[in-house]
Amino acid sequence: MKALHIGRAAAVVTVAALALTACGTDNAVNSGSTAGATTSAGVPVTGTLTGTGASSISAAMDAWKAGFETANPNAKVQYSPEGSGAGRKAIVAGAVQFAGSDAAMSDAEMTSAAEKCGTNGAINVPWYISPIAVAFNVPGVKDLKLDAATVAKIFRGDIKNWNDAAIASQNSGAKLPDLAITPVHRSDNSGTTDNFTDYLATAAADVWTDKKSGDWPATLTGENAKGTSGVVKTVTETAGAVTYADDSAVTDALGKVELKVGDSYVKISADAAAKAVDAATPVAGRGANDLSLKLDRKTTVAGAYPAVLVSYAVFCTQYPDAATADLVKAFGTFVVGDEGQKAAVAAAKSAPLSASLATKAKASIASITAAK
Amino acid sequence: MSLATMTPRKRSALTRGQLPKYTPYAIAGAAIILAAALMSVIGFNAFGWGVLSAVLFAAGWVATTAAVEGSRKAKDRLATSLVVGSFLVALLPLVSVIWTVLANGIPGLLQPGFLGTSMKGVTGVQDNASVANGTPVLGGAYHALMGSVLITLWATLISVPIGLLTSIYLVEYGQGSRLAKAITFFVDVMTGIPSIVAGLFAAAFFGLVIAPGTKTGIVAAVALSVLMIPVVVRSSEEMLKIVPNELREAAYALGVRKWRTIVKVVIPTAISGIASGVTLAIARVIGETAPLLVTAGFATSINLNVFSGWMASLPTYIYTQIMSPTSPSNPGPSDQRAWAAALLLILLVMALNLIARLVARIFSPKTGR
Amino acid sequence: MSTNSLRSTTGMGRTGDKVFSGAAMAAGILILVVLFSVAIFLLVQALPTFSAKPADLTGGEGFFSYIFPIVIGTLIAAAIALIIATPIGIGVALFISHYAPRRLAQGLGYVVDLLAAIPSVVYGAWGASFLASNLKEPYAWLAENLGWIPIFAGPASGTAKTMLTAGIVLAVMVLPIITSLTREIFLQAPKLHEEAALALGATRWEMIKMAVLPFARPGIISAVMLGLGRALGETMAVALVLSSGPLIASLIQSGNQTVAAEIALNFPEAFGLRLNELIAAGLVLFLITLAVNMVARWIISRHKEFSGAN
Repeated sequence: MKALHIGRAAAVVTVAALALTACGTDNAVNSGSTAGATTSAGVPVTGTLTGTGASSISAAMDAWKAGFETANPNAKVQYSPEGSGAGRKAIVAGAVQFAGSDAAMSDAEMTSAAEKCGTNGAINVPWYISPIAVAFNVPGVKDLKLDAATVAKIFRGDIKNWNDAAIASQNSGAKLPDLAITPVHRSDNSGTTDNFTDYLATAAADVWTDKKSGDWPATLTGENAKGTSGVVKTVTETAGAVTYADDSAVTDALGKVELKVGDSYVKISADAAAKAVDAATPVAGRGANDLSLKLDRKTTVAGAYPAVLVSYAVFCTQYPDAATADLVKAFGTFVVGDEGQKAAVAAAKSAPLSASLATKAKASIASITAAK
Repeated sequence: MSLATMTPRKRSALTRGQLPKYTPYAIAGAAIILAAALMSVIGFNAFGWGVLSAVLFAAGWVATTAAVEGSRKAKDRLATSLVVGSFLVALLPLVSVIWTVLANGIPGLLQPGFLGTSMKGVTGVQDNASVANGTPVLGGAYHALMGSVLITLWATLISVPIGLLTSIYLVEYGQGSRLAKAITFFVDVMTGIPSIVAGLFAAAFFGLVIAPGTKTGIVAAVALSVLMIPVVVRSSEEMLKIVPNELREAAYALGVRKWRTIVKVVIPTAISGIASGVTLAIARVIGETAPLLVTAGFATSINLNVFSGWMASLPTYIYTQIMSPTSPSNPGPSDQRAWAAALLLILLVMALNLIARLVARIFSPKTGR
Repeated sequence: MSTNSLRSTTGMGRTGDKVFSGAAMAAGILILVVLFSVAIFLLVQALPTFSAKPADLTGGEGFFSYIFPIVIGTLIAAAIALIIATPIGIGVALFISHYAPRRLAQGLGYVVDLLAAIPSVVYGAWGASFLASNLKEPYAWLAENLGWIPIFAGPASGTAKTMLTAGIVLAVMVLPIITSLTREIFLQAPKLHEEAALALGATRWEMIKMAVLPFARPGIISAVMLGLGRALGETMAVALVLSSGPLIASLIQSGNQTVAAEIALNFPEAFGLRLNELIAAGLVLFLITLAVNMVARWIISRHKEFSGAN
């Protein structure tokens, strides 16, 4: 009786295990639909490339991985979206070959990176640009024109109603309802908050008295939610709510603010974001191949959209062996190249790097060397 | 309540002081009608009606009993009402959660290929196409399912022997000793380790021993073991403790060695509770996200080797699909995959639970219970 | 010959005893070693926080004023969860063990075990969308009618993603743990005592009160402590449900934060001192659990006369 029981249990477990292991496949997508293997320059590389970092680029990373692995069937890229801070820490510790980060490395991190990354330390290369939309849910209103000071006042809670004179004066003709404003911000620390508060603190310095930070200022209360999807969902469900979020995740149900740049209002778009990034200046005191950018949030360049997030790849300047260096270079070149950026636009609706920035990025990646 | 006077009483000698059988039905009917009347005054909704009826019924029944059968019976009825009531209250959110998971998860689970493929090569392009053209959602959770099964299996293999042996030491050998007291206390402390700390600890440990940034299935298994062991120790300790001493003494009297007594008498008697505790421990850790991300990495393709390479798992799969959808502009397909994976995770635990019960049934002595 | 064989089995038995007790003790010591290394790891990682200048820490006023509000928030959330879940959990366990028909009871026990397995992300998503949207109106009602009680002070949050909602979600998550363990304990209550009580004419409730509950008390406390461990340490569900903010008394306005959620929300982007600070927060959580467990152990030891083995 007992033996029978055990036998039956063993049989069930074995059958279940067999059923599980037998039917799996990595072939989720019918191959042949992606770009051919011949478009990528040079000889196909091999090996496994490991990276860690920002979750903001994970949709783009899926596309890059797929494209790169199709072009180089023997190469594999793995990326763990643990967060920018974790990514920078990992590359400084030599635990990964590249990191993704929503902010360029700090000077202190650059110094400590020299330990594991060759004498020249690490380099920051921009590889993903995403404009940050100010998205709102006001019934009957889809377009609003606002200057930075008004946006700052709305998010600080100084402007409490959508029919406030400060909003109405910039939007003649818009039917603004008598509706309370509910500002919604991110509850988690994020690169989006960091870039958005940087924009407010610079472009509306007299209103936004807090420093830029990845955390929303603790003195400002209001509703919050976790993650880009969280804030977008909350705003979609709450009439009168307004938030900031990566443009790609903002659905058509919400309106987007046109920000005042110089004397005109700029609609959010990939081109406008790329223009703002082109107007940025390099961070002082960095190596020749480092492409850390200081964005000019007060830019007056016509058609530039200043609330933009630039995500960087952090590479070492020197890898221990040639195979790894070749793999890193091949992957980096693929991502900043035309093909990689197009893949990211298609999959993640990001803004592509401009041609001039892409050329600089390629040159900087080409400078990566191997120790032996 | 005046209901007591409304119910006609039989004045037979045998049933004096006892309510007739139909009393609860009569009270239930009255409660429902009264609740409906009250609800129509303050605004009707079905949920409030149900709750109010139940409360009125319980109050009426207890009051009637108190008037006719005495306070002891009334207390008993009150306790019964509270116990059944708490059961019904508990049922509400639990049914709601299960319903949410089923309703959202089944469409994705039935998608051909969900159980058989990984996410390798699936990008926002496919998801956008699926939303635009109504084509099936591509990509599956096979890699995550296998990862979860393997990692949890290893974590169980590590923590059940350690946990069970420790609880045996605590109950059978070390009773009252200083070491046992220390272990008991620190096991309690261990239940308070935040899960992310366990993950960071395992990552740091393997980083030190093997190489920095080592991320494999076994690192995750160790991290989960740190979380599992205290639950296993605590629950099996309780179960071993309540094994009657008469059983042990009977075995000793027959000349059976202590370790044979433990293996053949004590553990089999407690096995059902131990199995339940182990299942709970597994359930506690199988849904952990944060420690897995820092120890096993995040893979999109199949890896069946826990000792090398990154591994996917169902919780990290669900988390990334919800938090950073494959296509940010069309999160629908990612949501569908996430809910389907959540349902899959529950089904997995169900299967593990069944196995644990089977084990318990095989080894437990046949008793009346 | 017969004496020889007897002696040899005795020898084997003795070795078996030694090996077995040795293994059991080794397992216990291993746990101490693991915990000790976790503690060292935590201390080393958290140390820079305590030597840092107060102005460099979050909030700019030192570690204590940073951690104090979220510790209180954690305790509030756990308290709400346990106040709701403990009586209901014990009730459900009693229903399954002593009230429901046996066949139904087995099925119910199975379902309850299963509920412990639902990943916290799912509870979080359920709480944030389904539960919160259904609680908007009750909260508005509470603010209107019971607003004079500080914990129900208005105006109620428009999204209902408040501390009370988070507490209820935690209660739902803790319920299966408490129920599952106490049910097992109730089932093990000595049948003889129960039958003796019934034979003396006790009602079912009197029997439970006299024979089952005293027997089960340490087990119940253990179960509640395990539940508390989960409530204190729960990250994802709280992070998804709670619209966090500074410490406030009202449970129906958005605000408050828990330690575990604070760690989960900020950990991914943290580096340098912030990382040390979050790990120090983890250490504090650890200490809270330690304190709570000490109290529980103390309560159990006071009721030792009822403890298990009879």
